[in-house]
Amino acid sequence: MNQAVKEPNSYLDAPHGVASWLLTKDHKRIALLYLISITVFFVIGALFAASIRVELLTPEGDLFSADLYNKVFTLHGVVMIFFFLIPSIPATLGNFLVPIMCGAKDLAFPRINLLSWYLYLIGATLTLAAVALGGVDTGWTFYTPYSSMASNTNVTIAALGVFIAGFSSILTGFNFIVTIHRMRAPGLTWFRMPLFLWANYATSLVMILGTPVVAITILLVGAERALGFAIFDPRMGGDPVLFQHLFWFYSHPAVYIMILPGMGVISELVAAVSRKQIFGYSFVAYSSLAIAIIGFLVWGHHMFVSSQSIYAGLVFSIITMIVAVPSAVKTFNWTATLYKGSITWDSPTYWVIGFMGLFLIGGLTGLFLGSMGLDVHLHDTYFVVAHFHYIMVGGGVMAFLGGIHFWWPKMTGRMYPEVAGKISAVLVFVGFNLTFFPQFVLGYLGMPRRYHAYPEEFQILNVLSTSGAAVLGTGYLLILFYLVASLFKPRNAPANPWGATGLEWEIPSPPITLNFETDPIVTEDAYNYAGRARKAGEK
Amino acid sequence: MAHIDANGHAPQEHHPALQHHFHTMAQQLEASVLGMWVFLVTEVMFFGGLFMAYILYRNLYPDAWLAGSHELNEVLGGANTVVLIVSSLTMALAVRAAQVGSRIGQVVNLILTLIFGTTFLVIKYFEYAAKFEHHLVPGAHFDPTRDPAQQLYFSLYFMMTGIHALHMVVGIGILLVMLRKAWKGHFSAEYYAPVEVSGLYWHFVDIVWIFLFPLLYLIGKHH
Repeated sequence: MNQAVKEPNSYLDAPHGVASWLLTKDHKRIALLYLISITVFFVIGALFAASIRVELLTPEGDLFSADLYNKVFTLHGVVMIFFFLIPSIPATLGNFLVPIMCGAKDLAFPRINLLSWYLYLIGATLTLAAVALGGVDTGWTFYTPYSSMASNTNVTIAALGVFIAGFSSILTGFNFIVTIHRMRAPGLTWFRMPLFLWANYATSLVMILGTPVVAITILLVGAERALGFAIFDPRMGGDPVLFQHLFWFYSHPAVYIMILPGMGVISELVAAVSRKQIFGYSFVAYSSLAIAIIGFLVWGHHMFVSSQSIYAGLVFSIITMIVAVPSAVKTFNWTATLYKGSITWDSPTYWVIGFMGLFLIGGLTGLFLGSMGLDVHLHDTYFVVAHFHYIMVGGGVMAFLGGIHFWWPKMTGRMYPEVAGKISAVLVFVGFNLTFFPQFVLGYLGMPRRYHAYPEEFQILNVLSTSGAAVLGTGYLLILFYLVASLFKPRNAPANPWGATGLEWEIPSPPITLNFETDPIVTEDAYNYAGRARKAGEK
Repeated sequence: MAHIDANGHAPQEHHPALQHHFHTMAQQLEASVLGMWVFLVTEVMFFGGLFMAYILYRNLYPDAWLAGSHELNEVLGGANTVVLIVSSLTMALAVRAAQVGSRIGQVVNLILTLIFGTTFLVIKYFEYAAKFEHHLVPGAHFDPTRDPAQQLYFSLYFMMTGIHALHMVVGIGILLVMLRKAWKGHFSAEYYAPVEVSGLYWHFVDIVWIFLFPLLYLIGKHH
């Protein structure tokens, strides 16, 4: 390797010292700051999840009291959703790759990008403060009137934390939109853009349109609790269901904030591992926009049993079926891309295949829940929990980890052991299914979520689920171990270890601070794999 | 980060305000302006949640809305509307002055805008004080003889006008920074993006009030 020539200029080496990182405006360094922060919160959220699974090993509530259990599942949800899943791919891989894929030197507003990370930290610190002060027990949904009138836990502090973290998400989306509109390299037309950019663009639209609504909603709950205002208070004639409408107007689209960037990652990976132009590029690109737009019209499917009119329910149910179409378009097109592709069995491939299997199950079970009649039976059962985790963990986290495995050499300049990458993908896939598939059955049999005790006949499936969680946790720990270990080895990653297309693979690993020595000009469509060497040096 | 010159590029590309990741001043201006519009979209959605609650409750409790609106002083509210519209004019003139490179025009118009903005807040203060005296602030001290649904009206009144006033305070802070920079002659026909985007923000805050005034003050007052 010609390290001696390349390394002193890389963004990792440029200036040293703590301040050079904490005050950096370099999008790549901010991506790494985010990566470290969300990993910490993933571990915290996972510890809460592990506690839940241990409690549910036995039918009796022997580990936690009911009140404590309420807090544990609330904090699992709050931490995982607002402090891991929402920022996961956009703030790390997105931050790192969006400017590079655009051929730009940085995001449009580097200082605002850094501000976004600090807002995330402030929000996260407040939420941890709520934990330290005794926790919060409303569930991650903060439903009124329980959250505004009844709960005597630290709702205000936790809600303030979520409120502030929301602005960090808004600022990320805002930066991506302006960057993609205004900073693309010459020749990089909209339909030459990598699909990861399309996915992040669509995600950013949801971030800027949805997040402010949940921000004002949380602020109104805060005004009720702190100032004694009357907004959702039924004693004054207020409507608690209005809270649910405003909350789900954001929080349903928010699941697309969590999955759309993952779909973008998979689009990149599936083309790279099949050595083919992606099948139906423009359909995959437009389907991201379609998901972002239609996703705003389906929130009522969370409220089929919340006194919503049956006609509203019917409309929401139909639109829910429609939003499955663009997701299906993506899945079919990825499959068609794999078909007759010259598939390489590098570790990213394992994550792609794992994602597709789990996302398929998660997506199809979403249709069960979107059907009004069936939802009355399945509502608030473990079926919902299983569906949600198949999309968010099976889809979102698999895609995130797949992306990390794919771009790790670019971000850090290091390769990880290929065998370990494959073993961990298999462990996560098997462990995940063992954890969550039994929960579909439990939910269908009628086990409600959010209880610390359950009837004895559910124990076998719960033991299966908990043992699966142990396998899943082992997989995650293995990844953490070998990725961190790789950082202590010398830099050994070539510029393009996968022989992939894209501007990010044409610059050194790790890139220089300004990304490009000379400003790039794009002359071809994305994923032009025809006749391209699989590995550097091959022909 | 502003100065990356002496690289052999054409001198007009090296305006001191050009940040390193933009190619030209025009690209930087376009990015700033688009950025502010995108930010204003988030603001529309933010206020949108409040307007949604307003629409729902006004339909449920028209009498409480009528009674609540009668407690507001439409003369003061109307005066504030005029004050804000004039401040938008002076703001637009300040942007124009920056575009044509008139330093004195920027300074005078920014000071006028600041005076109008502060006037708005002073009038708002007297309105709020009256609400406290008349026990119209929601919560434990709300006049118990009134219909409880009026608490919904006044909660929304304070949230909507309060968040609007907070935006005014932020706007005044931004204009003070702009005034300082304009005074020092930072802006020119090549570089006026900060004044332009501050103006966009100011007009937005103005427009929010144009909606709030009739919705809150003028219910049942058409004759």
